[in-house]
Amino acid sequence: MGNEVLKVQDLQKSFGGLRAIDSLSFVVTEGQIKSIIGPNGAGKTTLFNLITGIFPPTDGTFQFTGRTLNGLKPHDIARLGLSRTFQNLELFSNMNVLENVMLGCHTQTSAGFFQAGLRLRAMRQEEKRIREKAMEELSFMELEDKALVGATSLPLGEQKLLEIARALATQPRLLLLDEPAAGLNIRETEKLSETIRRIRERGITVMLVEHDMSLVMGISDEVLVLNYGKKIAEGLPRDIQRNREVIAAYLGEEGEDA
Amino acid sequence: MKKKDLYIILLIASVIGIFPWLGGGNEYFLSILVFMGINGLITMGLSLLMGYAGQISLGHAAFFGLGAYSSGVLAVKYSLHPLAAFGAGIFLSALIAFLVGKPTLRLKGHYMAVATLGFGEIMFIVFNELSPLTGGPSGLSGIPPLTFGGITIEGYTYLYLVWALVILLLIFSLNVINSRVGRALRAVHGSELAAGAMGVDASGYKLGVFVLSAVYASIAGSLYAHFITFISPGSFSLMFSILLLMMVVVGGTQTIWGALLGAGVLTLLPEYLRGLEDFEVLAYGAILMAVLLFMPQGILEGVRRLFERNEKVKQAHGE
Repeated sequence: MGNEVLKVQDLQKSFGGLRAIDSLSFVVTEGQIKSIIGPNGAGKTTLFNLITGIFPPTDGTFQFTGRTLNGLKPHDIARLGLSRTFQNLELFSNMNVLENVMLGCHTQTSAGFFQAGLRLRAMRQEEKRIREKAMEELSFMELEDKALVGATSLPLGEQKLLEIARALATQPRLLLLDEPAAGLNIRETEKLSETIRRIRERGITVMLVEHDMSLVMGISDEVLVLNYGKKIAEGLPRDIQRNREVIAAYLGEEGEDA
Repeated sequence: MKKKDLYIILLIASVIGIFPWLGGGNEYFLSILVFMGINGLITMGLSLLMGYAGQISLGHAAFFGLGAYSSGVLAVKYSLHPLAAFGAGIFLSALIAFLVGKPTLRLKGHYMAVATLGFGEIMFIVFNELSPLTGGPSGLSGIPPLTFGGITIEGYTYLYLVWALVILLLIFSLNVINSRVGRALRAVHGSELAAGAMGVDASGYKLGVFVLSAVYASIAGSLYAHFITFISPGSFSLMFSILLLMMVVVGGTQTIWGALLGAGVLTLLPEYLRGLEDFEVLAYGAILMAVLLFMPQGILEGVRRLFERNEKVKQAHGE
């Protein structure tokens, strides 16, 4: 096993009286594909929002490659090499496909208002470099033909891939994918699992929140199951599939919603 | 810069360039063109702030006033060189914009509009009450014309100066828009959540563009003071801030060209309506309402769509 990329300890998050995350601890190791599953409302997206600094935890700590993330702003966390996609697509509708990915390269460039306004040489070179880089990420997703199309005029499946391309452009060490397969058909989902494997081959650790069990069980090294904000199981996919508590949470022992 | 932008800039430059021969020495037309340029400078900054970063300012008349009073007061009371006064105005406006923007731009939503509204009112009171310096409500007169190395800039040369600055700042703005900074601003407008997750410091960029737009307004203010040589607080009231917003909205917030067009149209419109006397305000209001009803995206976008529709009709008829 490799190094710890992300270490979450005793995480708590309450929204008023609701415990969205309840004393949660886990570790993500380098090069892993780790999936977080659980019924709707289990706290999966809340967990991603906490890790990326969108809102602060009530209690507990996160460490990313040894650095504490608590108190950092989302853009500071992104700079450290932690990137994500969103469950409800958050593409920039006022930009084309290429510009969306170029924005992902934001932290690798430095031109400010003056350098940009005066089109200084350093700024032009920087621009050329990230344009090429963004095109590479687009061809990784086989979207290079759509570079100049408006981002939100792509079909849903391609918008999802574009969000991943934009997140990859930030050169992350850890990538959080929030329900990337939602709304995709079977063929698109198969291709997505291949893409996630190829992302891991680039040395990027992946955390996946997903409802599509064949995708999760097919590609994950480890699965963590949340229910009402609590960890009810963690381990290899085949062990999780046989875990009684997990089956109960999903199928509902007392006839709760599935 | 895009080719289309370059052509329009060359067109503007040539129209202004040959104006002395077209206008036949008409002072009235000349001053309207100067005012168009001055208003255009402010609305370009506002367009960056509103159209690209999605923030509304109701206080830009105050930054315009800061530039005008810096130039006026320093030239009249302290006989400072106009260029130094220009610089002082820019510095002061940038500093104040930073101080006003820093706390308010960290908040999401329309706090910016409320904060700048308050700031505009405060500055209006300052211009009125600081009478030892500003001359109070009766204004500050005797502002000297601009001189560079013994040459006085007035008449056509002033027109050239104003529009040279308009074009320079237009090119600067277009460059900013087509860069990582422009992308970051649009990203903040498009989805602040995603912008943050991609490493964009949203409040930092909002603050930066707010300061930049205050600098544009201050430059316009200094040009205004040296052109009409008399300034009074009435020119820098909330009404003018709202008029500036109207210019940007009427022209169109999608591109910076809309802001320039809006400044041109709304500077010219009152001059055309003057003949209606008592009905002037009525007609003005009716025209603004009609524009926003029929072209909610602004004149620029409205006209563009009209052309597109014509093209489609032509194609449908097989022409």
